[in-house]
Amino acid sequence: MKTNRFWSWLFLLLGVAYFVFPLIGTFEFSLKMRRGAYSFDAYRTVLTDPQFQATFGYSVTMALATIVMGVVLVVPTAYWVRLKLPSWRPVIEFITLLPLVIPAIVVVFGYIRLYNTSSWLPLTGSAMGTNILLMFGYTTLALPYMYRAVDTGLRAIDVGTLTEAAQSLGAGWITIMTRVILPNVLVAVLSGAFLTFAIVIGEFTMAALLNRPAFGPYLQLIGANRAYEPAALAVIAFGITWLCMGLIQLVSRFSKLPNAGR
Amino acid sequence: MAFLEIANLQKDFGAVRVVKDFNLAVEPGEFVSFLGPSGCGKTTVLRMVAGFEEPTDGTISIGGRDVTRLRPNQRNIGMVFQAYALFPNMTVAQNIAFGLRVARTPKADSDARVAEMLALIKLPDYGDRYPYQLSGGQQQRVALARALAPRPKLLLLDEPLSALDAKVRVSLREEIRQIQRNLGITTIFVTHDQEEALSMSDRIVVMYGGRAEQVGAPFDIYNKPSTRFVASFVGTLNILRGTVTDPARGVVDVDGNAIQTGGELSRFAKGAPISLALRPEAAALDNGPAPMARGKIMDVSFLGSVIRIRVNLGQNTISFDRFNSPGSPPPAPGEPCGIAFAAKDILVLDD
Ligand SMILES: Nc1ncnc2c1ncn2[C@@H]1O[C@H](COP(=O)(O)OP(=O)(O)OP(=O)(O)O)[C@@H](O)[C@H]1O
Ligand SMILES: [Mg+2]
Repeated sequence: MKTNRFWSWLFLLLGVAYFVFPLIGTFEFSLKMRRGAYSFDAYRTVLTDPQFQATFGYSVTMALATIVMGVVLVVPTAYWVRLKLPSWRPVIEFITLLPLVIPAIVVVFGYIRLYNTSSWLPLTGSAMGTNILLMFGYTTLALPYMYRAVDTGLRAIDVGTLTEAAQSLGAGWITIMTRVILPNVLVAVLSGAFLTFAIVIGEFTMAALLNRPAFGPYLQLIGANRAYEPAALAVIAFGITWLCMGLIQLVSRFSKLPNAGR
Repeated sequence: MAFLEIANLQKDFGAVRVVKDFNLAVEPGEFVSFLGPSGCGKTTVLRMVAGFEEPTDGTISIGGRDVTRLRPNQRNIGMVFQAYALFPNMTVAQNIAFGLRVARTPKADSDARVAEMLALIKLPDYGDRYPYQLSGGQQQRVALARALAPRPKLLLLDEPLSALDAKVRVSLREEIRQIQRNLGITTIFVTHDQEEALSMSDRIVVMYGGRAEQVGAPFDIYNKPSTRFVASFVGTLNILRGTVTDPARGVVDVDGNAIQTGGELSRFAKGAPISLALRPEAAALDNGPAPMARGKIMDVSFLGSVIRIRVNLGQNTISFDRFNSPGSPPPAPGEPCGIAFAAKDILVLDD
């Protein structure tokens, strides 16, 4: 019993050290821009850099668009599969897992081949078209997380009976989706959304190859050319990810209440 | 013309015919129960009336209008499910108002209707609660109110009481029946509990293997079962196996007792095996000199106002009920005893 606990603590400490030391190191380094004293100079430089603001704004916008797209695509699909095509679930699940197996670079090369200026749908011909293409790419990347989150959310409610109850009360599909299904899987959708946000903010490959001014390529650019700023940026990016994780926790904490009696 | 007419209804799931030539006419305001064992197709018929399953063949019309091909949300039918199916994200009041909101009822009317419904189910102060804050019985009452709020023409209930404990079940079934009577709404109630069906219904449809075996008032279903299945499913029928000893006079030997049946048995040969049925309320203990049959008390269960006694005749057992009376304590298991019943109460079953 005693020794057991000792080993558990030891491994916990090792694990924490593995994650925390590089973080502390990076953070400490990011404070050293002014010689001989700790300061937030690196952060000030980064945050006031107009390019930072532009790329970060761009990526946030893309993330929001991706989330909307993901919700519109995934919630009805997962719902329909659960309701009418339960035998298709393994197939759909497999498809949603593909983005984890196929490297982003392969996906984006495929896109460029399919939608280049001489294709039947020349999306890469304009900035807006490329933005849309990039959003679809991000949606694909986020698909495994979004689908799983929503599907788990749907498992917690009796989709079939709730749908029939709503139908017998006169509701059509749109009403059922927006008033019954979506509100009941909102927590799952939100956690999927925060994951999507974190993925899109840090994504590099697709944005770089499609040559869009996103946060990922900016990170890379600064990293290659500056000393202290990249460390500051890394800490900021890390902070955003953690904020997303924290928000997921918070949202599921809030939802504990109405779920208690089920 | 009846209010709800179901004609030649059939339903196949793959190669299996689950509902076979089902016919029923329900009058306005009538309370009809579907009674039958698990898997006999009760839910399937109800779901076809609601529009959740498409009939393979046959027609369903409500109020003279053919609704067979109508989608469920266009049928104006109230439905109550075994699993309550309240919307967990909405309060009680929002749940009840759902159908009204879908129909775009003005808010003032809708609020008034919700208050009226809450009063009807005797939960006037529960409007702001969420479903998970209610007991099962309360949730089911809210589900009933939600189904009734948009003033449907027809109310369908699929085993609404099965998930509740015994006490709540009895009180709620009385409440449902009373509300149904007051509103005069045509109702179909699915159950596999015969007591529920017998006590609540104007008429009962006894179903077996996808067919309506018998349709009739509870009194007729219980006392004049038209098929062997109905006779054995409704009531706790005692089945006695014996051999015919005197076909002309209708005497049967059951475990050494010469039992006189109600008529002659000339279609049976002497010595042929035979099954007799006896309703529990037709039998009584008889400690006189010449009882109809003799046996031993097997066990005695005290059920409150009623005492259920099982008597072993040898191969066969007879179970019957007696009212509790403080003056005469029940017999003890193992005691020998006699049983009396009238010859006319014995049903001869043809196998
Ligand atoms: N969607 C379906 N696909 C295939 N078979 C089905 C389907 N729904 C019901 N069945 C079959 O149809 C038969 C009747 O089912 P139904 O649910 O109507 O029975 P029930 O009388 O309501 O029984 P219970 O008292 O158990 O609810 C059953 O044998 C069942 O297996
Ligand atoms: Mg059923």
